[in-house]
Parts: sequence; structure tokens; C-alpha cells
Amino acid sequence: MWSWVLHRITGVAIFFFLLVHVLDTALVRLSPEAYNAVISTYKIPLIGLAELGLVAAILFHALNGVRVILIDFWRKGVKYQNVMFWIVIAIAAIAFLGFAPRHLSHVFGFEI
Amino acid sequence: MATEFEELGAVPSFTVTLFVRRFNPEDGQEARWQDFDVEVHGTDRVLDALHKIKWEMDGSLTFRRSCAHGVCGSDAMRINGRNRLACKTLVKDLDITQPIYVEPIKGLAVEKDLVVDMNPFYQAYRDIKPFLIASDKPEKERLQSAAQHSKFEDTTKCILCAACTTSCPVFWTDGQYFGPAAIVNAHRFIFDSRDEAAEVRIDILNDKEGVWRCRTTFNCTEACPRGIEVTKAIAEVKQAILRGKP
Repeated sequence: MWSWVLHRITGVAIFFFLLVHVLDTALVRLSPEAYNAVISTYKIPLIGLAELGLVAAILFHALNGVRVILIDFWRKGVKYQNVMFWIVIAIAAIAFLGFAPRHLSHVFGFEI
Repeated sequence: MATEFEELGAVPSFTVTLFVRRFNPEDGQEARWQDFDVEVHGTDRVLDALHKIKWEMDGSLTFRRSCAHGVCGSDAMRINGRNRLACKTLVKDLDITQPIYVEPIKGLAVEKDLVVDMNPFYQAYRDIKPFLIASDKPEKERLQSAAQHSKFEDTTKCILCAACTTSCPVFWTDGQYFGPAAIVNAHRFIFDSRDEAAEVRIDILNDKEGVWRCRTTFNCTEACPRGIEVTKAIAEVKQAILRGKP
């Protein structure tokens, strides 16, 4: 249940990111200056934290997507779905903990 | 000392609060929660508490039950947010320090109180042809090995209580999805070596509203009071469709 709920929430969140991302990247075809101006507005702590959330959402969504594929196509997928859920959480958490300090050091300008 | 002696081995009684979702189509009011304080024994089930309300406190309370022993599947309801059979849920197993919430199963139209319109549910069941289809007319019984039977033994346990189908978020959205129960009963015949119409049922379920709407939420498996691995059965039907045969 909760993996399913989280999958929907992260999926919609990633969709909205992609929408904005496609729009701002498309700006470069209109005018490189406008593109630079928009991208420079992203260099604030709030967006930095949002990027942290984006990476967390993508990590869960991608790994859980693999889990869903295995549930559908691997004969024993249904049997091990709960174990696979916790493996997804574990891998996502490890990857996130590797990413977060480095990313935050860039956002807030400190050394690790 | 004497009272202590008398109470030895006695079943403890306690008072619980039940919040029951009430709806009467004739009084023109919206559905609402009504609370009842009920004195129950340690061995009582939620169904006993509902009986106590109906028989001693408010005779207008309406719910379905028939055998009252987990066989007929009439009294599936949403108890503390989970679909269960009221006759198989002991009150003491719930958190009795908190009120117990009892409401009708979701996704089917409420007719009165805890009674819902089961017709869409039964229609999906009928649509998958839940009966043996065989061309031969044997003089004796149709034989089957234990190994052949084990393929679908799990799905023969279904009692059509609708706990699975009405726990499914996909079914909640528009009620068009066949639902876990219909697929479980299709599975029961698709994987039966004596049946000859597996392809027909596979074709029925290879539909926009068939097995592909399953999003592997696993609510159905958790809800089943018979312990059927419902999502597993659905996955096996999906794989049968991909293979084109059971």
C-alpha cells in the first residue's frame, strides 16, 4: 500500500519537475541570456533543498519501478515483494546519504 | 478472597466504544458516525458487538451476516480502516483503548448503514464464467493429480466476501475494474487441468478493465480473510496472458 502511494506521489512530483525542466531548457533556443537568467535564479538554498527532494524522489521511484517490474515478470516477485520493498528503501537511503552531504556543501558553500 | 476465587477462569468483560457509519436513504441525511458504548466479553467478535447494538440498543442498525462463522462471506466490513469479516475479528485483538470504527466496504454504493449494493461485484464474477467448461461427458469423475490441483488450490478458498475487491484503490476510482475477486475465481478455472476454456477467460481478462489495471498495491492480499495470495493469483493470470495459455 505505502510503496504504491509513495510511487504515485514521487511520480507526480517528478512530472512537475520535468515540466519546468523542459520549459527552462527550451529557453536556450529562444535566447541564451534568458536561459542564463532563469538558471541563475535557481542558485538559492530553497531550490537546493528542492533538488535534494528531487533526488530522493527519483531514487525511490526508479528503484521501486524495478521492484514493480520484478513483481510482474519474475516468478517469485510477488512472494518477495515485501523484502524487495525494504531493499529499495535501503539502497535509496544509502545512495541518498552519499549524495546529500556533497550536494549540501555545494548549496551552502561549506567543505566536507 | 471469595470473589477472587469466583472470578478464576472467568472471561473478562470490558466496555468498548464503537463508531458505526450510519446511512438511511429514507431520512434524507448524509452518512454520519454514531457511537455506541458496548459491554463485550473477551471472547466476543465485532459481529457480537454489532448484534448487541442491534438487539439491545438500536434495532434500526442494518448489516449483513448469515453464517456468522467466517464461511459465507456476508459480513465483510471496514473495521478500523481495514477490510475484515466482522465474524472473524475478535474485539480484544483491536486497540480497545481507542474507539473501533466500523464502516461499509468502499467502492460499492451504500444502501443502508453497513449494507452495500453487491451487484456490480457479482456481475464481474459472472463475467469471467465461474463454472467448469468441459466438452467431454465422462461416466466417472474427472481425475486430477495432486500436483495439478496444487496450481489453483489457493484460489478455491474464495468465499466472495468482496473484502479484496473493495480494498483495491484501482476499484475505488470508478468501479469498472474486474477486481481481485473476479480474477481469483478466473484463476481457479484457468489453472484447472479439467477445464477447457482457459483461453476464453484469459481473453476476457486481457481487457482494458482486466488484469492490467492491477498496480500491485497488495491491499487485496492483506484484506483476504481466507489468506488467499490474491496479488500472486493476479500476477499468474498476467503471465498466462503473456504466454497465451495457462
